[in-house]
Amino acid sequence: MKRIARSTLQTAANLVFFAVLATAVLASTYFLTHDTIVASEQREKLKLISQVVPADRFDNDIMQDRLSIPASELLGTIDNTIAYRARLQGEPSIVVLEAIAPDGYSGKIALIVAVRANGELSGVRVVSHKETPGLGDYIELGRSEWIRVFDGKSLAQYPDGDWKVKKDGGRFDHMTGATVTPRAVVKAVHKALIYYGENRDKLFAANEPKKETTK
Amino acid sequence: MNLQLIRDILHNGLWKQNPGLLQLLGLCPLLAVSSTVVNGVSLGLATALVMTLSSGSIAVIRSFVPNEIRIPVFVLIIAVLVTVVQYLMNAYMYGLYVVLGIFIPLIVTNCIVLARVEAFASKNSILPSALDGFAMGLGLTAVLGVLGAMREVLGKGTLFSGIDLALGDGAKDWVLHIIPDYQGFLLAILPPGAFIGLGLLIAGRNWLALRGEQKARNKPAPATAASPEAAQG
Repeated sequence: MKRIARSTLQTAANLVFFAVLATAVLASTYFLTHDTIVASEQREKLKLISQVVPADRFDNDIMQDRLSIPASELLGTIDNTIAYRARLQGEPSIVVLEAIAPDGYSGKIALIVAVRANGELSGVRVVSHKETPGLGDYIELGRSEWIRVFDGKSLAQYPDGDWKVKKDGGRFDHMTGATVTPRAVVKAVHKALIYYGENRDKLFAANEPKKETTK
Repeated sequence: MNLQLIRDILHNGLWKQNPGLLQLLGLCPLLAVSSTVVNGVSLGLATALVMTLSSGSIAVIRSFVPNEIRIPVFVLIIAVLVTVVQYLMNAYMYGLYVVLGIFIPLIVTNCIVLARVEAFASKNSILPSALDGFAMGLGLTAVLGVLGAMREVLGKGTLFSGIDLALGDGAKDWVLHIIPDYQGFLLAILPPGAFIGLGLLIAGRNWLALRGEQKARNKPAPATAASPEAAQG
């Protein structure tokens, strides 16, 4: 009996040892790569923002002119997000919102939605997604031009019922065999535009220190 | 490790025991990610890297692991290595990381990794084990690449699309448009295309192997036994 208990303990200790070792390796890799990962994600985001905000549309420092906006059901966000504001000669030009489409084919699709001051979309880009490679991933600009269908669209131009993929009776094209992904994106962009409509003045309000600066 | 052993291990991984065509292990990425050459080869190489590392490290620690808990320990080590590779790719190969997405963590669930660890690395020393993992991974990469090429040409009429995501914007011109103005053939892109393509590849491999055997004429018995399988592929 004693021998069994001892060998069991030994086995358990062995497993614990490997678990600790594995955790140590993982943790150190995480800390070693974390800054680089954050930096490359930030760089990628900047690249995306400059795609949806044409250079002749602003003369301010977009990355600094930002506004923390609370989680919103219309944006699909569950946390505070950052809105970046582009201004031309002090006048509001474009606001870049983060939005989440929660109902992609395999989970959330993170988007940035850039809206011009007049309510037209300046552009939409996918920040991250887990859609099926070769099937739902044509929402990425690198893979197809599909995401550009939003350029210039606005709520004034399309009534609410048109903000659907063609299969559901709306105005937006999609590829056969992969409707779930574009459906989720169209819905998220539509809701982001509604959010913009409701909060336009707040979104372009100048940075004032009265708002809490902590996240 | 002598030359004969090296040759045997490489031959096993790439041809005789090819994980994609013969052991038929690791089908999850085979079917899902092989819609283009770039996707297939990238994931194949990531898998080969994980297999090399996991087989090598498990060969080192195999004598310290009690037999009863070897599988959990092996799985733990494989999962850690996959996550490490994922972090490294996220940090230093961001484009490729975005392309492969969910399929990098899924390498953990690829049974070929655990299969080689259990069948080979737990019984052999570090160098042969690492080489075995590498050769098997390379065998899988080759199948993923060929299958990806077949599906991409049939499905989209291109080759190497998306290579700029893996190698940077400079590689954008490398995309070959094999069939200009191609409308696309969805079946090849969808999972059934992968099944059909894989079936054809297995049939082709069996046919080649069979021909080789008949030429050698050393063992006629297994050759006749394998023929119906090859015919139906």
